[in-house]
Amino acid sequence: MSTPPLPDPEVPPPAATGTAAVTTTDEKPPPQGNTVMREILSSGWLVTVLAVVLALVLSGVLIAAADDDVQAALKYFFSQPMDTFAAAWSAVSSAYVALFQGAVFDTNAETFTAAIKPLTETMTVSIPLILAGLGLGIGFRAGLFNIGAQGQIILGAIFAGWVAFHLDLPAYLHLPLAMLAAIVGGGLWAGIAGFLKARTGAHEVIVTIMLNSIAVYLIAYLLTTPVLQNPGSTNPISPAVPKSAQYPLLLGDSFRLHAGFIVAIVAAIFVWWLMGRSTIGFKFRAVGANPHAARTAGISVNASYVWVMLVAGALAGLAGSAQVLGTDKVLTADVAASFGFDAITVALLGRSKPLGTFFAGLLFGALRAGGFAMQARTGTPIDVVLVMQSLVVLFIAAPPLVRAVFRLPAPGPRKARAARSTTKEVAA
Amino acid sequence: MSAPTTDRPAATAPDEAAKPLAPISWKAPTGYGVFSVLSLVLFGLLPDSGRESTFTISTSKDFFQIDPITVPSKSTAILLSLIALGLAVFSYVETKNRRKVGVWLPAIFGVCVVMAFLVWADAGKDSPIPLTGLLQGSLFLAIPLVFGALSGLLCERSGIINVAIEGQLLAGAFLAAVVASITSSAYAGLIAAPIAGALVGALLVLFSIKYVVNQIIVGVVLNVLVIGVTSYLFSTVLKNDAARYNSPPKLPTIDIPVLSQIPVIGPVLFRQTVLVYVMYVVVALLQIFIFRSRWGLRLRAVGEHPKAADTVGIKVNRTRMRSTILGSAVAGLGGAFFTVAAGLAFGKEMTGGKGFIALAAMILGRWNPVGALAAALLFGFSDNLQVVLGIVGTPIPSQIMLMTPYVVTIFAVAGLVGRVRPPASEGIPYVK
Amino acid sequence: MKLELRGITKRFGALVANDHIDLVVQPGEIHALLGENGAGKSTLMNVLYGLYDPDEGEVLLDDEPRVFAGPGDAMAAGIGMVHQHFMLVPVFTVAENVALGHEPVKGGGLIDRAAARKLVKEISDRFGFDVDPDALIENLPVGAQQRVEIIKALSRKAEVLILDEPTAVLTPQETDELIGIMRQLKESGTSIVFITHKLREVRAIADRITVIRRGKVVGEASPTSTEQELASLMVGRSVSLGVDKGPAEPGEETVQVRGLTVIDPAGVRQVDDVSFGVRRGEILAIAGVQGNGQTELTEVMLGLTQPVAGSVQLDGDELVGRSVKEVLRAGVGFVPEDRTIDGLVSEFSVAENLVLDLHDVPPFARSVQMNLAKVRANAEQRTVEFDVRTPSVEAAAGTLSGGNQQKVVLAREMSRPLRLFIASQPTRGLDVGSIEFVHQRIVQERDHGTPVIIVSTELDEVLGLADRIVVMYRGRIVGEVPGGADRDVLGLMMAGVPLAEAQAQAAAHHTTLGGADLEAEHGTTTEEADR
Repeated sequence: MSTPPLPDPEVPPPAATGTAAVTTTDEKPPPQGNTVMREILSSGWLVTVLAVVLALVLSGVLIAAADDDVQAALKYFFSQPMDTFAAAWSAVSSAYVALFQGAVFDTNAETFTAAIKPLTETMTVSIPLILAGLGLGIGFRAGLFNIGAQGQIILGAIFAGWVAFHLDLPAYLHLPLAMLAAIVGGGLWAGIAGFLKARTGAHEVIVTIMLNSIAVYLIAYLLTTPVLQNPGSTNPISPAVPKSAQYPLLLGDSFRLHAGFIVAIVAAIFVWWLMGRSTIGFKFRAVGANPHAARTAGISVNASYVWVMLVAGALAGLAGSAQVLGTDKVLTADVAASFGFDAITVALLGRSKPLGTFFAGLLFGALRAGGFAMQARTGTPIDVVLVMQSLVVLFIAAPPLVRAVFRLPAPGPRKARAARSTTKEVAA
Repeated sequence: MSAPTTDRPAATAPDEAAKPLAPISWKAPTGYGVFSVLSLVLFGLLPDSGRESTFTISTSKDFFQIDPITVPSKSTAILLSLIALGLAVFSYVETKNRRKVGVWLPAIFGVCVVMAFLVWADAGKDSPIPLTGLLQGSLFLAIPLVFGALSGLLCERSGIINVAIEGQLLAGAFLAAVVASITSSAYAGLIAAPIAGALVGALLVLFSIKYVVNQIIVGVVLNVLVIGVTSYLFSTVLKNDAARYNSPPKLPTIDIPVLSQIPVIGPVLFRQTVLVYVMYVVVALLQIFIFRSRWGLRLRAVGEHPKAADTVGIKVNRTRMRSTILGSAVAGLGGAFFTVAAGLAFGKEMTGGKGFIALAAMILGRWNPVGALAAALLFGFSDNLQVVLGIVGTPIPSQIMLMTPYVVTIFAVAGLVGRVRPPASEGIPYVK
Repeated sequence: MKLELRGITKRFGALVANDHIDLVVQPGEIHALLGENGAGKSTLMNVLYGLYDPDEGEVLLDDEPRVFAGPGDAMAAGIGMVHQHFMLVPVFTVAENVALGHEPVKGGGLIDRAAARKLVKEISDRFGFDVDPDALIENLPVGAQQRVEIIKALSRKAEVLILDEPTAVLTPQETDELIGIMRQLKESGTSIVFITHKLREVRAIADRITVIRRGKVVGEASPTSTEQELASLMVGRSVSLGVDKGPAEPGEETVQVRGLTVIDPAGVRQVDDVSFGVRRGEILAIAGVQGNGQTELTEVMLGLTQPVAGSVQLDGDELVGRSVKEVLRAGVGFVPEDRTIDGLVSEFSVAENLVLDLHDVPPFARSVQMNLAKVRANAEQRTVEFDVRTPSVEAAAGTLSGGNQQKVVLAREMSRPLRLFIASQPTRGLDVGSIEFVHQRIVQERDHGTPVIIVSTELDEVLGLADRIVVMYRGRIVGEVPGGADRDVLGLMMAGVPLAEAQAQAAAHHTTLGGADLEAEHGTTTEEADR
């Protein structure tokens, strides 16, 4: 089966409205392949690895620059330059070691359970990133720039929370019902954008951005009303999620890792099947790659827009459920943290493919989980993780830049193909 | 022999009436109808009668004082709603007769419904609604939106989508605060702000033009990058020595002599900081230069049909680069609002999504400087209304009020305000 | 000004688009550059115009070597170009488009609009163009847009004017006017490079002809060469100029279009009360200049848009109001006008493109599960049947040549049992070999007894394929003529002249090309006689 080469971040998704303008000529043939060495050096995974390295190096510069010792040493840089470098090295290396220990394996821990805990934290944190990232990836491949995972996560959490707090059911009904509610909530919220795009052509970027903000105020408001607020509390916080609606813990009480991770794995497999093996995914991809041709072949582009958003929103809603029913076990206005925005970078890093998104989610989950440890141990603020994430995505999206930095040879086929498809873009 | 002329014939042939006509879009009159009826019921008919609403207009520095106006709440709200309903009917008739109405209709309609709302909100309250203060605050809150929207339209008119307005505002706010604090001069901060915006713009240019990365992706990621960098530096450098790095002086308010003493208009327009006066100038200059100058013609040509521009010797990517960096600098300048103009220290993510509202203002304003100004003022008004009503004490939760601009934007992009036409080649990289 | 190209070579990856091309254009000469689609003509001119950098070779003006970094340099040196796809900004006025790049300014960088208008007026008066400087380009018909392009070039004092396929969008009468303009320019000393693949035109217009094939100059020809000679030089083998088809055997009329009216969102009446019928086993051609409602007509028949009035009946079933999918399933085959936009998903594999319409029905899918083995097997079979040259059925469709892409579209649309076949511009941009193939398949489909509708702006194609021709002008049907009608009559009808009047006018005055046509018909080539 051929999975079409879609979408590299450097290839813009086609805008679906307006007149089309094609500027390629038929004169340019498919470029020829080149040497084996070049193939390897220019391959996607190498660029990915180097992009991560480059992002870590640049973030290291930021860490060093803000470090007190480095600043102190800089004052006498010209007399003893090595002091500056030593201070910088120590600042950066201790931060990164703490990051690693907090994200994967704590070498200082006394028990194996404590040593392995960071890895389970990474997995826990990655759940919403993977779920929402999978949804966004479907959108990107279907030509929809859904920026609205943040709002969809919040709505998923609100719906799941309401079912958890207000219904009294046995566990085998309560949790599935709460998950279903999350799917409905996230799906509906995203569906608004899909519906408006299909019916009126309203651009999904704008609508989803607006829906994000509305969701933020909506949850803030609902947490002041009996709908979600803990009775008797004056704080905007919900009651605790009853045991019957919680995701079961996977590794016992000493770890936070919960069944949401299984949900994420199942979701990834589902998305793989949906996009690669089902007629629905075929339609989604066709609409994403060329809505005009899809329409002419009898595929309903508008219906696709609505369905894509419903599926993407459902996955983001599940991400919300993982937070409220699994990780936090209570609903606050900050339930979505910045998962919705981070999920965009996750989907981009994973090139919108399920497997890629899964690992990208784990990577960013690791950065986040490790970031807390780093902040606690070395005082390096976790904000630097945002810098790493954005740099990784920027570099991945611009392979020529990474190659230029590491002086790799330019690739034969890949780049030429990208250039072709960009000039062939359908106008907005 | 002469070939027949190929010009389009006049649209009205004699047999036109008998032919099938295009279906009429009833969106606008329906919208007006729904809102005017809602206004009539909610603000006019349902509330109890016998209460009064008060509005103050003058400020103490004016030439002459206008006494506060007190009106009976119920009848005034009914009257205003009925005017709105009349406009809705007028719109229905005009649409039925296939005639277009000007922008005056939505403008007057909006004023009527909003006034009806204010009358209702203040009904029976002790504190009056300070009308002038409401407008003054609206303009104030609109500042970053105006600069942001102008930034967006400068970039998009040249074909580059700028979703990084948020990041540019934030970078501007950050650098303005730091520079103003170090130099103890608010004006130095004002100069630094556009430089920060331009730096973000340079990254946008680098990735979207040189490396042909999707412009929306770059914009989204740059926002994250700027949030990360500014928050990181805030948590480290700025926190360690807030007195030195993060205590910017406030831009002074400059009263324009004479003009500032005109009632209502004076305090609103002419008792402002230099940033606002710069804003007036930028809007006016852009309105003229985008549409009437050589620079503007080329800018628009590059955004509409880059290849056509290239074939007459205009350097497409260089033009896009310049306008994007200029636009980003404008957004950076707008960022100064949050720190030096508002007299606040820099805080993490303090722009709070204003960059996205600015983007919406640009679209509502149809890629037009004056339109963007109007849309930004509308958003500023709804923002400030929530503050004012919070003081007066209102029956509506503040979160619901805060949602309004976003809901309005969704209605707007969904076509309730008519078809918008973005520059034809926006978002499409130009590769020869 | 004398223009000379020496040893120009331009490569795109492995493809050599121009291979050591030499060309000399003398001052005041109309020099035709003749070649098939994809032969490298446009690439050569883009090199000359500074849009592409040549890999080898040089450009000489009046024997001086020149290097153009961009079109700006080329223009400054006196080279003007009218592109096949007009380089006009649709939302700008004529004056703004002409001024763009060398705008007259007043103080402060503001444009001197009066001066810009005056410039347009001057040139347009000199050549009798009748162009309103304040009209928006998007409101002008294509013929007028082309004149704006010429004004644009002349306003920059072009001494060498390159016209890239300028007649593609014109009626024969408009073409005639263009020829008049070209002669006028020639007399004023302007050299003209005229790029085309239409044999008839070069013989009528050119002083000298250079023929290009696969990126190389294969020879010079004189305008007195026969079309047959030019064609074999251009294609590299002897070709049949007409379409090889037997007489039609029309059956009953199974397709009936009645009173169809389409109004676009801007309120323009794109299709205006159109009625016609098509019978089984006949090819009906819908002729007309681009943009006269043909595209909208086919789209509404397919269900892509909805008409405000009218009906389309296929074997008595109403198609209006049905979705595209339902129309396709009812047995309509549709080849869209622009294969890269509407025909193919270029990122998809050939195999996926071949089931774009049938991906969700057996045997390619069972409920929502796709059967990829069947998809592949289908592709293997179709690519052989339709002679699609592709490295593999998994190759992305966008990597194929234009001809092979079109074959993929045909293979898909002809693989269902058809009750109506509609093809829009079926051979646009194709090489002669592919054109022959496509025409042959269309005639075959007709001979199977399928009603066929061909929409084409190419008069040669219309005359060669059609059993019956209706002409559209501004959304209306001007009239109907039998296949093989007089091209001047058709040309006049394409400009909106009713049939009777057109016949009278054509008899009174033949256009240059129409005259050439008559001449050719009296000639001896057997293919011509077949028509």
